[in-house]
Amino acid sequence: MAGFILIVVAALFFPGVILRTKSIASGRKGPGIFQPWKDLSLLLRKGSVFSDTTGLIFKIAPSITLATVIGAMLFLPFAQQKALLSFEGDFIMFAYLLALGKFFTIIAALDTGSSFEGMGASREALFSMLVEPAFFILMATFAMFTGYTSFSVIFNHFFITGNDYVLIYSIIGAYLLVQITMIENSRLPVDDPKTHLELTMIHEVMILDYSGFDKALIHIAGYLKFAIYGSLIYNLVVPAGWNVILQIGLFFAVQVLFAGVIGFTESFRARNKMNKNPKFILTLSSIALIAFMVILILTEKLA
Amino acid sequence: MFGSTAFLIILVLSLLVYAVPEWLKHYFTLGLLTAGIALTSAWSIGVLAGTGQEYEFPLFASEAGVRMVLVIDSLSAFFILVINFTVLIGFLYSRGYLEPYRARMNALRFSIHYFSYLWLWISMLMVVMVRDGLSFLIVWEIMALSSFFLVIFDAEERSILKTGISYLIMMHVSMFFILVAFLIVQKDTGQMSFDSLGEYFGRHRNLPLFLLFFAGFAIKAGFIPLHTWLPEAHPAAPSHISGVMSGVMIKMGIYGIIRVVASMQSDLLVTGVIILIISLISGVLGVMMAIVQHDLKRLLAYHSIENIGIIGIGLGLGVIGQAIGNHALSLLGYAGGVLHVLNHSLFKSLLFFNAGSVYLAAHTRNMEQTGGLMKRMPWTAILFLTGSLAICGLPPFNGFISEFLIYMGMFGSLPGASLFHSILIVGSIAALALIGGLAIFCFTKAFGIVFLGEPRSEQAGNAREADKSMIYPQLATAAMILFIGLGSPLVVKPVFGIVGQTWNLGTQPLVIGAFTANLAQISLAGGIFVVTVAALLLYRRYHLSRRVVEAGPTWGCGYTAVTAKHQYTATSFAYNYNHLARPLLQTKKEIDEIGEDEIFPRKRKFLSHSDDLFKRHLVDRPVNLVTGLLKRLAVMQTGEIRHYILYAFVFMLLVLLLATLKII
Repeated sequence: MAGFILIVVAALFFPGVILRTKSIASGRKGPGIFQPWKDLSLLLRKGSVFSDTTGLIFKIAPSITLATVIGAMLFLPFAQQKALLSFEGDFIMFAYLLALGKFFTIIAALDTGSSFEGMGASREALFSMLVEPAFFILMATFAMFTGYTSFSVIFNHFFITGNDYVLIYSIIGAYLLVQITMIENSRLPVDDPKTHLELTMIHEVMILDYSGFDKALIHIAGYLKFAIYGSLIYNLVVPAGWNVILQIGLFFAVQVLFAGVIGFTESFRARNKMNKNPKFILTLSSIALIAFMVILILTEKLA
Repeated sequence: MFGSTAFLIILVLSLLVYAVPEWLKHYFTLGLLTAGIALTSAWSIGVLAGTGQEYEFPLFASEAGVRMVLVIDSLSAFFILVINFTVLIGFLYSRGYLEPYRARMNALRFSIHYFSYLWLWISMLMVVMVRDGLSFLIVWEIMALSSFFLVIFDAEERSILKTGISYLIMMHVSMFFILVAFLIVQKDTGQMSFDSLGEYFGRHRNLPLFLLFFAGFAIKAGFIPLHTWLPEAHPAAPSHISGVMSGVMIKMGIYGIIRVVASMQSDLLVTGVIILIISLISGVLGVMMAIVQHDLKRLLAYHSIENIGIIGIGLGLGVIGQAIGNHALSLLGYAGGVLHVLNHSLFKSLLFFNAGSVYLAAHTRNMEQTGGLMKRMPWTAILFLTGSLAICGLPPFNGFISEFLIYMGMFGSLPGASLFHSILIVGSIAALALIGGLAIFCFTKAFGIVFLGEPRSEQAGNAREADKSMIYPQLATAAMILFIGLGSPLVVKPVFGIVGQTWNLGTQPLVIGAFTANLAQISLAGGIFVVTVAALLLYRRYHLSRRVVEAGPTWGCGYTAVTAKHQYTATSFAYNYNHLARPLLQTKKEIDEIGEDEIFPRKRKFLSHSDDLFKRHLVDRPVNLVTGLLKRLAVMQTGEIRHYILYAFVFMLLVLLLATLKII
């Protein structure tokens, strides 16, 4: 339960922290930390415009996407407390639920019949397909390292396996998860959410035709997703056995740091050339594979 | 005995299809099907619900010693139920699908069609019920022949007949391997039967015989590189036939592999690794080739290869688990594979039926000519979407459950695994994850291009929803898909039982209990998800009812003269992927570049096409080589009688010479 609530709380300020970081880095005064949620409340007050081309899929997709994200949140533990739903292989369902959300986002974009949105859909489909193996190899590494196959138990045992090299995994895992978040949430260096040209967008171009309530749902799902990955990273870097009060503080510290990292990256880095992206994403799988090989060496299976 | 007599009566009555008047043929066939399905399903449920006792009775036995005995164990029972369900739904669907054909085809064509349909069903049932090798080969042959007649039903076009014949040839190559394998068993044990396999395997090396059987059965199942008939035959056949062939007939190959593997006693590790690697290749390449297809049914056919791959991954892991003594891996791998047989039969037949409805409504299978069909055929679209989500393995649909079992087997076997095993498993995990991702890419394309957006051609714009008689049966399939997805423990538990008996795993109830409890959690998560979606949609409705909702055009970036042709097409959707996969897919483009002196470019064509590499190098090239050689030999065919007499004379001389030299 704690994990669920903390993610919701973190999602409240996560996008704001990114915005603030970017403002500070570029020397602007910039909007306040809760500006994204103020924008949301504006969206919720507005009416909606639907394209004549769109149909049922376009209307239900945002709700389904948000539901998949809420579903995925059920699997995340906090400290030594188990997640709301925890079973062997829950991370498989976690990944596939998020993929279900992607599926609907993509077909909703195709529902508009716009070539721009088709282009975004095609890119999103390709990039999220390429990132899939990286996450699974990473989880396989953890399963091998701890001997368990569920988020809650893996993270509970992560720091008490008695393996001296646990920090290596913690760092590689955190690095990979940061990169996966960037791809899953369509941020730099794969996609630039602030680009103003449809041709260079991925995620933004897919939701061009959304307005009002549905658009708000899409944004909420995006913010929650940030906090979900932030929480995964937190679980990897902070031992589950520490004092709970300290942990709650650390949790928010990690989330703020994570948001800050994203803000800084976006301030100082340009987006990849579009056809460089597949190479970039596949690199993550290779890093995950290297991490796996390292574990084989450390557990003395590979001399 | 009553049961076998009733079964025999159905076999004999099937001949009457030719005699009954035309308007009655459909109902007559339906009556026979229903009776037979009720009978065989009752047997199967009896076996599955009972203590797992085998059910055995002779079908007929003549005094000359020719006898055919039907044996139903839990594995046969499972397959019988899978066959019956899809065959029945397919037949119900066929009524509406065949309607346009009625006007232009004569009664005999329809009689042959119905008769072949009945016998395809009967032969598949018998394939899983007979154990004796000779009977098996006979019914296997009947299965190939009847499906051949079904494929060429629409053979007004020469190309379909050609496809049919090449299909028939492939099926006989398959049969040749199985025959040789059975003969080897007979020579050694004196008995030609699945039951004597164990005896043979106990005495000899297991691998060579397994490879023979595997080659035969893998052609039927469509493992790469033996899949070449599959993407040709499925699009050529009428859609209800494609659904039945892809849904259940190719699974007969899987059934054969299971029977052989379950009797094996040594060489298990290498066998498992072989099955696993071939399956991984089939899975990944199958879906990779599916993405670039424009023909909706061909795309689905390539997906069958992918799914056969997933089934094979499960079986391969099971064998490896037995080899290294990892009980949980065996149980989960086999159960995942076997369950995927059922799952794939459901969603793939559903998808093929819907592709058929699209074909009837839009008169094309080319995705570039479709679009916007969801508004015109909402039920077909929703059913196709259900099938798409299921085939991508997304929760809460059934495909997820079988893939989850396989994943669980893999992840669960990692802790404490040996070096070789862990590398193999991690490779498989990455490949399975990639297959999942690629499938999503493929089906967002298929569903999005065909059903969403604006129609890309006039026919697509005029499409009408399929007849209710075609929709209703499919709803049953969709309901099964959701049922397995949300109520998985109810289905997986019997599957564990079947697996335990087939492979003699002697599974402890405790282990099964733990896995089933795990699946109950998935059902819970699925349930929560469905409730969340429903709640959000209800709230959305309430919310929007109090706001201004307007309609407008799609955002065109300031450009207002947008037409349907500006939409993304199937080719453009797959373009970036195609760019990545070019070395493997060998997409060819044909275009003549615009010359520098060409101020006003003339009209020109652009053509892009991806070949099946395996078909080109493994089938087309050798066949062309042989035909080329044979053509050269045609010089001898002079048409003059004296030359022919000379050939005979030379031949006799040769025989005489060889005989004197004691060579022959």
